[in-house]
Amino acid sequence: MEVLRITTSGSVDDGKSTLIGRLLYDTHSIPQDKMEALHAASKRKGLDFTDLSLLTDGLVAEREQGITIDVAHIYFSTPSRKYIIADTPGHIEYTRNMVTGASNAQVSLILIDARKGIVEQTYRHFFIAGLLRIPYLVVCVNKMDLVEYSEARFNQIVEDFQQMIASATFKAPSIKFIPISSLYGENVAARSEKISWYSGDSLLEYLEQITFDHADSSHPGRFKVQSVIRPKTEAYHDFRGFAGKVVSGHFNVGDEIISLPSQQKSKIKTIEQFETQLTTAEARQSVVITFEDEIDTSRGSMLSKPENAPSLLKEISAQVCWMDQQKLVPGKAYLLQHGINRVKAKVQQIEHVIDVTSNKILEDKKELGLNDIGKITLKTAHPIFADSYDVNPANGAFILIDEFSNSTVAVGFVA
Amino acid sequence: MTNKIQWEFPQALEDEAIYILRETAAQFERPAILFSGGKDSITIVRLAQKAFYPGKVPFPLLHIDTGHNFPETIQFRDWLVESLGLDLIVRNVQDSIDQGKVQEETGKYASRNALQTVTLLDAIEELKFDACIGGARRDEEKARAKERIFSVRDEFGQWNAKMQRPELFDMLNGKIHLGENVRVFPISNWTELDVWNYIRRENLQIPSIYFSHEREIIERDGMYWPYSPFLNTTEEETPFRQKVRFRTVGDMTCTAAVISEADKLEDIISEILEAKISERGARIDDKRSEAAMEKRKQAGYF
Repeated sequence: MEVLRITTSGSVDDGKSTLIGRLLYDTHSIPQDKMEALHAASKRKGLDFTDLSLLTDGLVAEREQGITIDVAHIYFSTPSRKYIIADTPGHIEYTRNMVTGASNAQVSLILIDARKGIVEQTYRHFFIAGLLRIPYLVVCVNKMDLVEYSEARFNQIVEDFQQMIASATFKAPSIKFIPISSLYGENVAARSEKISWYSGDSLLEYLEQITFDHADSSHPGRFKVQSVIRPKTEAYHDFRGFAGKVVSGHFNVGDEIISLPSQQKSKIKTIEQFETQLTTAEARQSVVITFEDEIDTSRGSMLSKPENAPSLLKEISAQVCWMDQQKLVPGKAYLLQHGINRVKAKVQQIEHVIDVTSNKILEDKKELGLNDIGKITLKTAHPIFADSYDVNPANGAFILIDEFSNSTVAVGFVA
Repeated sequence: MTNKIQWEFPQALEDEAIYILRETAAQFERPAILFSGGKDSITIVRLAQKAFYPGKVPFPLLHIDTGHNFPETIQFRDWLVESLGLDLIVRNVQDSIDQGKVQEETGKYASRNALQTVTLLDAIEELKFDACIGGARRDEEKARAKERIFSVRDEFGQWNAKMQRPELFDMLNGKIHLGENVRVFPISNWTELDVWNYIRRENLQIPSIYFSHEREIIERDGMYWPYSPFLNTTEEETPFRQKVRFRTVGDMTCTAAVISEADKLEDIISEILEAKISERGARIDDKRSEAAMEKRKQAGYF
């Protein structure tokens, strides 16, 4: 069974939490006791309807303020697949949480209030979906009930959105527009009768049809070694297996591989998943690989095929989203973590900062603070084995860690 | 409401959990598995066994024994440790009570659930664990839905929801200062049903109280409480025998039973598919207030 990961973003009060609540309600994912708790909580707040949005705001501070602060993960299933929704805040102050929630998503769901149309935060959400190269984008024009289900209003918003896409500097993903009312469940799971001029899929119908190449077959083979397994027991006296995860592409038994950074070559003898011997390992699988020969490989090594090995990068140009209160300090040593590999890195230069709303480069701004997005160059103490994020996203991102606070201060995308 | 589809377990969840466990072994010096004897921690043990095979599980099990456990759970724990050759460390809430660090609750709702946090934090300090692996899942409860995979706790074991580290893609940052520790949640993205489907797929043994059995119970606040010497009862509350099972396993004083005839895994799975009540709906410890879990997490709870 497949897992489809969705990230949702919206602005304040555009009904994002209500939409998620509605999806859960319509897929019968809310048990009776939680429903009763919702009735009671809605009543306490003086509401005369059951506020489905109270289902997702898990923190006291969120319920008090009626906003989403941090990413919440929500789960539901249909007979065909399991869904994971990363419900992220829409406020500018929480851009880093938005990026966090979006980083594992295959679908980005953007909400627009039909009365307000495209607002500043819509640009931000669209930009982040583009920055992360999320393959599917669903734009839900919500609160259609408050604009009398007007087709003209919907078309206007679609047109405005198309204009925004046209000005984007990145390749636009596949986009679907759906007019909905999350409060009344119009076009959420079931198709709406009130919006008869729209003949397309409801949101859930559309999500059910999305296909995704989980095996990641079009990308080059990359395997990150997490640890060396050497049991030294009688039964496995000479066993030396490399436990790790296929980052992208796939590997077969018998494949010739090269191990980085040692650049030594061997052939794959076995691919093991607990007691089972596999003939092939695909992207995202956690397996143990053994080689025909003893070659220099340890935690942090990367296996690939000799014909399309990644380059060894020490000077890196990358887009970054800054995520820490403390601004980026050029020249300061950070830890760069690419996959599981950590190396020291210094920021050489902040090339530019991007104004996410206008999609314009701010030539004279030369500092990166919390929630800023820009382009930098870095120099690392040891090479990393990364691909360009555009070419192979699974092997093209990194984080920066502050050595003093230990916080994750930035996420970067190799140019 | 009825949804009879019996879907398969999504393999992607096992791959993700194994990746997380391997990162935990590599990034920390003294990691441990927090073991309660419930289905989620049994799942974690299985995943750890698979992650390092044919090597051995590189984590000891830490059990915080409240003294109010179901005897069946303790029996199962000892059997599992023995059969897989694992290391087990037990620390007792009774010792924390005897040391005067915590005080036994009184009244008919008295439980040691909140007390075990102190024993846990003491054990972490004493044994110098820098990472504790738990079986908590985000679908269980809305404060848990906010958890990271690697969740940093301060010297006092406290969770600060507003200061969580961003977690991007599959990159896990386990760097901490001396005295801090990390709670690791490898099955964050699993649901209750995923766990049961996994138990079925892997053919795992589980404590007998998950299956239908006859037991003495009392009825209180519309729930069926297991009758035990640890439960403070009033005179009107008279125990009676009933066929029940438990959907989650906590202490005998904070876990309610459900009336059930399900005595096979298949039946349990169908029962959950049709259940109208959530898993933690039978957890008396969650009913104390809307923010009960968030408050306990802030204090250092699992």
